[in-house]
Amino acid sequence: MGEKTQNSELKTQNSEKKPKATRDAYGDTLMELGQKRSDIVVLDADLSCSTKTNKFAKAFPERFFNMGIAEQDMIGTAAGLALTGKVPFASTFAVFETGRAWDQIRLTVCYSNTNVKLIATHGGITVGEDGASHQALEDIALMRALPNMTVIVPADAAETASVINTVADYRGPVYVRLGRARVPYVLPDDYNFEIGRAFTFNIGKDVNIIAAGIMVATAKKAAAILAKDGIDAGVINMSTIKPLDEETLLRAARSSKLIITAEEHSIIGGLGSAVSEFLSENHPVPVKRIGINDTFGCSGDSEELLKFHGLSAEDMMKTIKEALK
Amino acid sequence: MGAVTKGKITDIHELQKVAKKVRLHILHMLTKANSGHTGGSLSAADVAVAIYFSKMNFDPKDPFYKKRDRFILSKGHAAPLLYAIMAEAGYFPLEVLDHLRKIESPLQGHPCCTSLPGIEVSTGSLGQGLSVANGMALGLKLDNNPARVYCIMGDGETQEGQIWEAAMTAAHYKIDNLCAVVDNNGLQIDGPVQKVMGIAPLHDKWAAFGWHVIDVDGHNMEQILNALDKAENTKGKPTVIIAKTTKGRGVSFFEGKVEYHGVAPSQEEYEKAVKEIHNG
Repeated sequence: MGEKTQNSELKTQNSEKKPKATRDAYGDTLMELGQKRSDIVVLDADLSCSTKTNKFAKAFPERFFNMGIAEQDMIGTAAGLALTGKVPFASTFAVFETGRAWDQIRLTVCYSNTNVKLIATHGGITVGEDGASHQALEDIALMRALPNMTVIVPADAAETASVINTVADYRGPVYVRLGRARVPYVLPDDYNFEIGRAFTFNIGKDVNIIAAGIMVATAKKAAAILAKDGIDAGVINMSTIKPLDEETLLRAARSSKLIITAEEHSIIGGLGSAVSEFLSENHPVPVKRIGINDTFGCSGDSEELLKFHGLSAEDMMKTIKEALK
Repeated sequence: MGAVTKGKITDIHELQKVAKKVRLHILHMLTKANSGHTGGSLSAADVAVAIYFSKMNFDPKDPFYKKRDRFILSKGHAAPLLYAIMAEAGYFPLEVLDHLRKIESPLQGHPCCTSLPGIEVSTGSLGQGLSVANGMALGLKLDNNPARVYCIMGDGETQEGQIWEAAMTAAHYKIDNLCAVVDNNGLQIDGPVQKVMGIAPLHDKWAAFGWHVIDVDGHNMEQILNALDKAENTKGKPTVIIAKTTKGRGVSFFEGKVEYHGVAPSQEEYEKAVKEIHNG
């Protein structure tokens, strides 16, 4: 008993931790994995300082391959390493990883069903100042369309650590989308990620918000504001976008007359599409997709950009109230 | 398991005999399928036979044998060549060749590693095999595995930018357990390679990228074997063998004909071709 108390006192609660970028959590977890497992190898395309694979590179130089600015070659090389029994983590910005090397991912990762982990950072609009050329808003759509691919978008740094450890043990192609900006911790301390299992904060009677990535924190904020107005809003963290947690989705759709999806991605082809596809065939309910409305991003501060594109908690609250009218 | 079940063939006449059989299998399966790539399968046949039967360690009964040498057909459209060799090597019975390009067949139109054990990686979208070969070679080195990696590309295929990304990588990481081959048959679908999109001077380009380059007559078994020996003995840099070949080699009326890139022989052509190969 005494020991237990001491341990829990030593451990900082997630709710008290300062916001941390999911890419930073990736870099730290990769280091730990590298110490534990000699089959982990890492590839990067000249962005290791930004993707945070540089920590692994420094600690395990013989297992780190900088491929230069050559994403297509990076993916093929990763597939080759996987075919000799290594577990390659290949990282660059989401826009280059999924767009520049899509055919390579299709042929040598998915069709060949190789054990490659595609861990992309700088997903979404919160890339910020670099602007549209660097903001991946279509990556989930591109990856979700590929057979054999698992698609994961963690919500916070703790979930990211859990995701990275999980996918290292999982056999098969995985795409993990991480962000550049610091994000608050949203998941409980005892949460452990499982592929294909959503985390339900609560199920709402009026509306349920199915969110992924940074939009989970936004959804929680919106739900708290809505509660004050007497609207019972549920929040679900759908971190695995493929395969979807269909059971949880059905539960949410049966509980409320409205489903909202929220993602830092185009409303075409991402979480909103995946949820709409499933519900329209299995339990049709009105779905409103919150995301980037079929447009490119632009330069700006990430918080400003979220507001500009209607992805703030206030925007979400307004959208929900409008849809419930 | 794990031992090589078939002895390696070093006798030039024996290898030529195997190449003849492989060409007959190619023509048979293409005619039966009434679909597929004739010209490029025949042009690379001698080099591929030399690699598989004189150099490579493998066990058809244990396709995932850890110390096997790896072969990647980056020019995946020459799949009939790979299937003919695998059948001849004992990976599967010759009858399976009758199922080329048929529904649910392990012999897909382009090589598919999840359909047929012994295919190392799926290919078909050009330009990707050399990157995978590099990755395998690096993985083998990390494990101190003495196995080697072979990769055959088409000459037209070297128009793909990824080939040159991979060429840089192989030199940068000093990947000397890799031997690449360019099947330099001079033709691609739309016409002569030099006319569609010039790639010359091929030798100088690879040399400038830091490779050990060997030029051979890709139908001269002695030259091919010598080149493969030299590749194996070259340390600190990757080797590429530029094999001057004839598209459709072995069948006079297919040779140098761009029309037979992606067209299978008719029954009449097949019978004529078989006679030529038997007499050749």
